Amino acid sequence: MAPEEIRSAVLEILEDIAPDEDLSALDDSKSFRDQMELDSMDFLDIVMELRKRYRVQIPEEDYGKLASMSSTVDYLIPKMEDIPA
Amino acid sequence: MISVPNNLVPDEMRIVLSGIGLTAPNGNSLPEFREGLLNGRSGVSDYEIRYFGKTLAGICDFEVTRHQSRRDARRGTRAGSIGVYCANEAILDSGIQWDNFDRSRVGVYIGVTEHGNVETETEIHEIRGYDYDTTYWSHHHNPRTVANNPAGEIALNMGITGPHYTIGAACAAGNAGLIQGAQMLQLGQCDLAIAGGVSESIHTFGIFAGFASQGALATHDDPTRASRPFDRDRTGIVIAEGGCLYVLERMSDAKTRGARILGELVGYAMNTDATDFVLPNSERQAQCVRLALRQARLDPEDIDIVSTHATGTENGDTLECAALREVFHQSDKTFFNNAKSFIGHSMGAAGSLELAGNLPAFDDGVCHATINVDDLDPTCELRGLVINQARETSGVRYILNNSFGMLGINSVVIIKKV
Repeated sequence: MAPEEIRSAVLEILEDIAPDEDLSALDDSKSFRDQMELDSMDFLDIVMELRKRYRVQIPEEDYGKLASMSSTVDYLIPKMEDIPA
Repeated sequence: MISVPNNLVPDEMRIVLSGIGLTAPNGNSLPEFREGLLNGRSGVSDYEIRYFGKTLAGICDFEVTRHQSRRDARRGTRAGSIGVYCANEAILDSGIQWDNFDRSRVGVYIGVTEHGNVETETEIHEIRGYDYDTTYWSHHHNPRTVANNPAGEIALNMGITGPHYTIGAACAAGNAGLIQGAQMLQLGQCDLAIAGGVSESIHTFGIFAGFASQGALATHDDPTRASRPFDRDRTGIVIAEGGCLYVLERMSDAKTRGARILGELVGYAMNTDATDFVLPNSERQAQCVRLALRQARLDPEDIDIVSTHATGTENGDTLECAALREVFHQSDKTFFNNAKSFIGHSMGAAGSLELAGNLPAFDDGVCHATINVDDLDPTCELRGLVINQARETSGVRYILNNSFGMLGINSVVIIKKV
């Protein structure tokens, strides 16, 4: 997966988790929590869905790296670059 | 609900129903539901559920997002969404100025037949796709499956900070929720109760499989003809989802705010068979009806309509009718009907939903029918059984509502026209 495809995959998960939010203007450099209603259970949904959909394992100590879209994509590139789009 | 003549009970101890919100397989409001009952409109349709396959069910089509965000609906349970819809509709129907109401004085008492099966089955189904690796088990599982979930989702949605919990009472739960709400008002634990029952049971294959294994699940080529209590050709229960919640308050409060009153809860009773896990006990059911009559200081002939519990199983129908004949044999003015013949068995919601379908009779004087009775089982003959066509009465002042469940739990409520 290319970085843009990883971004699309994360966005799809966010749309499922927060179906009432308009994510079309999401600023990749800002934290998710500053831009949308996202609590700790929602955050765990991101982790769970990445695990279920792409078999990506994210250890708890790395959760902080999923703060914004850009930091999430950067973190996921080495874990997802070999996954076919 | 104090055993003294009704006119001597102080208004502070009299409990009235002053708002209603419901979803049934044939209607998402009381007028819609009532119209369906008067016109013989069934809510049963074809249905399919994983592992079990094709079957029949009563399915609700209320608008989930009318009172709940899509996010909360996703995070919660179907029972929670049903509860949220019904509770909000009930408050709207009551005319209460909700924005100004002290929500720390509101209690939420929700009857459920079971809770947690749906989510547990879903999670096991999910991890099956991951070789039963439990690290794929949802972090939402516990808040979704705690027994207070449907009541808690209502409180969360509506900002209610008074007490909330569910009442697990098998298929007597709808009545049990009402009774609990009334008692808490009388004890001063709340000033307004949202009470009744909900059911999400059509979303668990285990309920269908369990009834099928028991030989008690209905089948029929025409879904609308499948639920047929009292008929010789009945084949068992049609499972339904649904919900019906009432706003309960003290008569004194209802009068002060000029509330429109749907009826007064003048008597209730719950008792236990203590004889079998599944089979009902006619003697205990009759005893329960008599206990409620005694509390209301009424005689059987005072009751205008009895809303029966009958589910379409041979034992259940026959034993309830025997109990009713025993109590009402001298009454030639009591009519009997059955709402499950229209919508199936809505489990935890059944008691409150089936009562609701009869409440408009206080105004229109019509007793809705029991449909699908083509060949009445002689063991179910009751003088006053209203079959296939709704019937005009000379007026309705008292409605008695039966609701019974597994492990021998019996409940009866009596509502008076105000």
